[in-house]
Amino acid sequence: MRNMSTAVLYNDQGGAEAAVEAGQESTPTTSSSGAAFGLFSTDFKKNEDLKEMLESNKESLKLEAMKRVVGLIAKGKNSSELFPAVVKNVASKNIELKKLVYVYLVRYAEEQQDLALLSISTFQRALKDPNQFIRASALRVLSSIRVPIIVPIMMLAIKEAAADLSPYVRKTSAHAIQKLYSLDPEQKEQLIEVIEKLLKDKSTLVAGSVVMAFEEVCPDRIDLIHKNYRKLCNLLVDVEEWGQVVIISMLTRYARTQFTSPWKEGAIFDENNDKTFYESDSEEKKEQTEAKPYIMDPDHRLLLRNTKPLLQSRNTAVVMSVAQLYWHLAPKHEVNIVTKSLVRLLRSHREVQYIVLQNIATMSIQRKGMFEPYMKSFYVRSTDATHIKTLKLEILTNLANEANISTILREFQTYVKSQDKAFAAATIQAIGRCATNISEVTDTCLNGLVLLLSNRDETVVAESVVVIKKLLQTQPTQHSEIIKHMAKLFDNITVPMARASILWLMGEYCERVPKIAPDVLRKMAKTFTAEEDIVKLQTVNLAAKLYLTNSKQTKLLTQYILNLGKYDQNYDIRDRTRFIRQLIVPNEKSGALNKYARRILLAPKPAPVLESAFKDRDRFQLGTLSHSLNVKAAGYQELSDWPAVAPDQSVRNVEVIEPVKEWAPLVGKTKKSKSEDKFYSDDEDEKEEEGSESSGSEDSSSSSSSDEESGSESEEESSEESDKTSSDSGKSSSGSEKSSSESEAEQKKKKKTKKAPLKKNKLTAGDSDSDENGNGPVAQSSSSSAESSSGSETDSEDDSDSDNIAAQKKKKSEAKSKPKVEVKSKKEVSLLDLDDFSPAPTNAPKSSVVSSSLLSDLEGLSLSNVSSTMQVTTPSFGPVKTYELLHHMTGKGLSAKYHFPRQPCLYQPSMVAVQVILTNSSDHSLEEIHIGDRSPASLNIHCFNTIERLEPEASVTVSMGIDFSDSTQAANFQLCTKEDQFSVSIQPAVGELLMPSTMTEEDFSKEQGKLLGMNETSATITMATANTSSQAIGKQVLSVANVGVVSSSQNNVHRFAGRTVSSGAVVLVSLEQKESCAALLTINTEKSVMASMLLRDLKQALAQA
Amino acid sequence: MIHSLFLINHTGDIFLEKHWKSVIGRSVCDYFFEAREKAVEPENVPPVLQTPHHYLISIYRGKLFFLSVIQTEVPPLFVIEFLHRVADTIQDYFGECSEGVIKDNVVTVYELLEEMLDNGFPLATESNVLKEMIRPPTILRSVVNTLTGASNVGDTLPTGQLSNVPWRRVGVKYTNNEAYFDVIEEIDAILDKSGTTVFAEIQGVIEACVRLTGMPDLTLSFMNPRLLDDVSFHPCVRFKRWESERVLSFIPPDGNFTLMNYHVSSQNLVAIPVYVKQSISFFETGPCGRLDITIGPKQTMGKTVEGLMVTIHMPKAVLSANLTATQGTYTYDLATKVLVWDIGKLNPQKLPNLKGSLTTQAGTPKPEDNPSLNIDLKIQQLAISGLKVSRLDMYGEKYKPFKGVKYLTKAGKFQVRT
Repeated sequence: MRNMSTAVLYNDQGGAEAAVEAGQESTPTTSSSGAAFGLFSTDFKKNEDLKEMLESNKESLKLEAMKRVVGLIAKGKNSSELFPAVVKNVASKNIELKKLVYVYLVRYAEEQQDLALLSISTFQRALKDPNQFIRASALRVLSSIRVPIIVPIMMLAIKEAAADLSPYVRKTSAHAIQKLYSLDPEQKEQLIEVIEKLLKDKSTLVAGSVVMAFEEVCPDRIDLIHKNYRKLCNLLVDVEEWGQVVIISMLTRYARTQFTSPWKEGAIFDENNDKTFYESDSEEKKEQTEAKPYIMDPDHRLLLRNTKPLLQSRNTAVVMSVAQLYWHLAPKHEVNIVTKSLVRLLRSHREVQYIVLQNIATMSIQRKGMFEPYMKSFYVRSTDATHIKTLKLEILTNLANEANISTILREFQTYVKSQDKAFAAATIQAIGRCATNISEVTDTCLNGLVLLLSNRDETVVAESVVVIKKLLQTQPTQHSEIIKHMAKLFDNITVPMARASILWLMGEYCERVPKIAPDVLRKMAKTFTAEEDIVKLQTVNLAAKLYLTNSKQTKLLTQYILNLGKYDQNYDIRDRTRFIRQLIVPNEKSGALNKYARRILLAPKPAPVLESAFKDRDRFQLGTLSHSLNVKAAGYQELSDWPAVAPDQSVRNVEVIEPVKEWAPLVGKTKKSKSEDKFYSDDEDEKEEEGSESSGSEDSSSSSSSDEESGSESEEESSEESDKTSSDSGKSSSGSEKSSSESEAEQKKKKKTKKAPLKKNKLTAGDSDSDENGNGPVAQSSSSSAESSSGSETDSEDDSDSDNIAAQKKKKSEAKSKPKVEVKSKKEVSLLDLDDFSPAPTNAPKSSVVSSSLLSDLEGLSLSNVSSTMQVTTPSFGPVKTYELLHHMTGKGLSAKYHFPRQPCLYQPSMVAVQVILTNSSDHSLEEIHIGDRSPASLNIHCFNTIERLEPEASVTVSMGIDFSDSTQAANFQLCTKEDQFSVSIQPAVGELLMPSTMTEEDFSKEQGKLLGMNETSATITMATANTSSQAIGKQVLSVANVGVVSSSQNNVHRFAGRTVSSGAVVLVSLEQKESCAALLTINTEKSVMASMLLRDLKQALAQA
Repeated sequence: MIHSLFLINHTGDIFLEKHWKSVIGRSVCDYFFEAREKAVEPENVPPVLQTPHHYLISIYRGKLFFLSVIQTEVPPLFVIEFLHRVADTIQDYFGECSEGVIKDNVVTVYELLEEMLDNGFPLATESNVLKEMIRPPTILRSVVNTLTGASNVGDTLPTGQLSNVPWRRVGVKYTNNEAYFDVIEEIDAILDKSGTTVFAEIQGVIEACVRLTGMPDLTLSFMNPRLLDDVSFHPCVRFKRWESERVLSFIPPDGNFTLMNYHVSSQNLVAIPVYVKQSISFFETGPCGRLDITIGPKQTMGKTVEGLMVTIHMPKAVLSANLTATQGTYTYDLATKVLVWDIGKLNPQKLPNLKGSLTTQAGTPKPEDNPSLNIDLKIQQLAISGLKVSRLDMYGEKYKPFKGVKYLTKAGKFQVRT
């Protein structure tokens, strides 16, 4: 395209739009016209020239001209006067030319209605064309021409096309319905008839488009869906992705009108119901024994089941629409399966993240538990866009609870320092919200925020002031110190909102700071005229309040300020001043109000509630535009509430039994035996038509081919492979990689052959063997010996393979059950499987990778770079052991496990934090779980709050603090429910009584020097060979004791340091590696009992592999 | 649904517009320009905007804004996903998605947009289907076309549109039948000041390049499929078989495509291939600061770390950097305040180090925040999660394809906080 390149060239020379047009013009046909000339010639000249080209006889010239015309349209330039010349070409034989003419027609037909009619007959003819593609595109263009006169013609064409043999044409007719409806809404009734007809269509191609038409034309005619409901559910997987979105959102609305709520009491039993309904009679007994109030409609279940696989779609819109369907329709405990998919979407484009985070924010308010395990996925990166950052912050704040607050606050501490000041300010607000929501940390947060007041950045300070103001309101009694501090800062703060907040605080609590408040007022009187309006208002406010409480000192000042306010430029301030003056200064005109001035101005004010900005978004359906904007968008369809009584479900019955058959075997645990063809459902028929060239999707034709070739093929192939490998240098390394993995591959062969029969259940074992020969494993070079051995193995493994999978599953869950973190991940895997789905715990245990003393967290907020010689730091070891506290057999269904999260205790620094996971494994809910008597009575325990109610199968994580006073004596206490009491005891390992600390190597030796003689315990130990690497040593030591690693300059010496939690005594561990496996382990601490116990534990840990 | 589309370049010129229903004036974009101005950075423009009569949904890709105009309620992700598909298609056709390329091929782009939507509802978004209707430009074809008068536009319905396998056309033929799979894993991590992992997870993708004759039916299986925590598939993958047997069974699209995306849980401990020792400090007293960064190998599974690169967004106050690198080169962009240290291959014997001083603007207070380090790296022949493809089988065709699997580990969003 030469003209285009010239255009670019001109552009480069710096010419503006005119130059581009000039470039347009300088085509091969016209003589060169310069840029300057182009300025004046413009449209007239150019269109003349195009007109000529369009009217010429040469096809190529016409095409060239049309391309340029389309280029003009694309740029948004007017070329409507070419209409007569263009429309003549509508019947052209050249398909490309014709298409371009169509584009032009659709664009300008509305403006040139009369001329457009000339083309109609061409389309009418094309509608009868034997080529389906031409029929469809004719209908597309005809229906896109917005000329009211042709409405009857369109109607006729749509009706005809709706009965067309080609599904593609029928799809186009569904689109045409919407176009006709927007052109002439009067046709609605007739169009609904067509929609009704198309809804019955069995083609997946049509389904999406017709539902779209339904949504636009008659979304309220829910009755049209009844008969097609099951068909739509079943087709859903095979419909193209865009159609899926539309159908899912329509079915969500449908389901809300047709089924009863699964959220009512007793809904948790529905899993059983479901099974009994679908599976077998064996469970029927169960159903009879339990009188259940809620039974899920099988059609409701069908919808949930058939949409679930779509969570794995690559299309983010589809995933989101399934997520919202589950949110609005599924029983509460099943909603969790969407979590993982939503978190996955966060890896996608920024815009996708934005929408998904918005939806998660709304969800996380109602259901913290859903996203809590994924808390870390919402950590902010410095490269995120600001709106993404704030949304993540919002979600983190929503997720905060007692157990994870220290981790979250630590994370926030990093954010406060962000260069993005708007974000830092938002973080401070978030801290404020956490502080009000979680009473345990209110004081710590407040202290941290006060430290922030000395920050250099003004926005940070201002935001802190505002948040502190809100926090102080909730508990003003103890905080006169903070108010004084803020008064001192007042001169340095320039942000109006912050100044106003301080003034308000002064006024509100002026009685607590009787000396300072009048002084602040004095300063304000000096600067009053220069202040912002909001500050002025608060100054007047402060003056009034002081006048009432301390009129002796402030009378004159107040009057001065009121006078200033009286002549202020701003009418609000004049107004307020007048009002205040009348209210507080007694004179004859002021009426009864004056008496009440004090009660009016100094009335106790309710504390502000800091809550999420997403609080009220749940009124909108998730995933919608309205939800995203928090405004009801045009055309938004409300989700109706569940009906109290389900409408007649027989309306969905279809006379033909077939569809029922289709879904029945799909459900429940029979799924596995069901073959895989379902996914492609229709394509089997199609393939059969195509004949032998392509075989059916999974079946055995391949086996025959590989049978014949198996002998020589493998050799040939490997030689071919080696050829390729050597020739392609890029691939050469991959070649070596492959060969290295060969031996491994052989080992795994066993496994592979196991799988082979699964893949093609119609094959015999022998077949599968030869097949392997033919197709070969990806890691090539299948040696024949390996082949034969694998062949013999196949038979024996054959029948066990199904067990095998289950066994694997089991094994995995067993193996992983120890480290906390793993338990969780395993659980999520099972969440995906509806079959072995168990109601998810609302509160999964968290791994706390990082945390340190909460106080030090917030001290960090001060941004000071002080580094004391010894700081308590983050434990560098993640996974932790879980111990049994109460077995569910002894606990009558209540089971409890505990672990040491190794984070500093929130409640008292001398306590060891313990997290207890309470699970209800009984079949009734447990109430009032709390801690009762304890022994020894002096034992200092911070109990968790009483748990009012724990549903069956639910579990909850609570955190408590225990002061063990640096001894390993067990803490005994009683765990009580409403009915029972169970004595339990927590015995800490000695290593858990420590807190890690960092120190330099120098400090370490200095401290060590102080702790010699009696305070030193040492022993020579033998380590397992696996533990001799420094990494392994670190890992083993950290697993035993909660200590910090001290960097070491010597390779053979490893040092660790910690402090005891209760008394803060230093504990130093050093390990000097001697030859091979021997090592000298030294522990220096005042607590000699602990030293010997620790020594024993470490010795044991290092000795075992 | 989608009413109109405007393409806007980074200077705010609308250089292409397409309307699928009645025409909407360009003035609607003014609301967008307003928001664009307010956001300062183009990345910060809210993707969804409301105007008195319309809703604007936009994406920002390759320095271009794709702005769509909506009139009624529609799931915003539907539009966003579609716009990204448009950008992907343009990239697929012309090799890149930029203003220049679109302007050069304006007619083809316009035709594509015409085919992709009908009345605002997606009609054909599969690249295979589109390519049959509008053939991508090649030099050879344009020469042939001018000589023979043939056109780039197909006149029959693409077979993909009708079949249940819309991603594959019938009658594909190759002399060399080959199927390559690239397993690419990205490590997303946040490390804190002390080097502790705050957060780490692995995101993987299997990119495939399949050039096979006919209608092959492939089965790809893994040694350790249980590693995969969460997956999403190309529509061609049969989900039921994955659920029951943990194998990928599919009829592949022709050419390059993404077979699956997966996620390896952050709960499994993620191997972090490098450690970073860094100290960046600014002095209270003078207008300067100090920077010292060393990178060393941590858990590399015995492979070499390549393409190592460190990017630091410096605080605004930093004027210049005077540094020495023991390996590689560094550049400091004064305008964007971005320091890039391109290291290359990591040599475990001699660790790369970047050291020197920073000059800050005199008179401004010292920056309170230390910038975080973004690390980029590559490890060939390694999937850091340990995922391994065990075999690939082909059914339905009789020839022997050539097969290959490659592994690659990259740093994704790998950030070290300071």
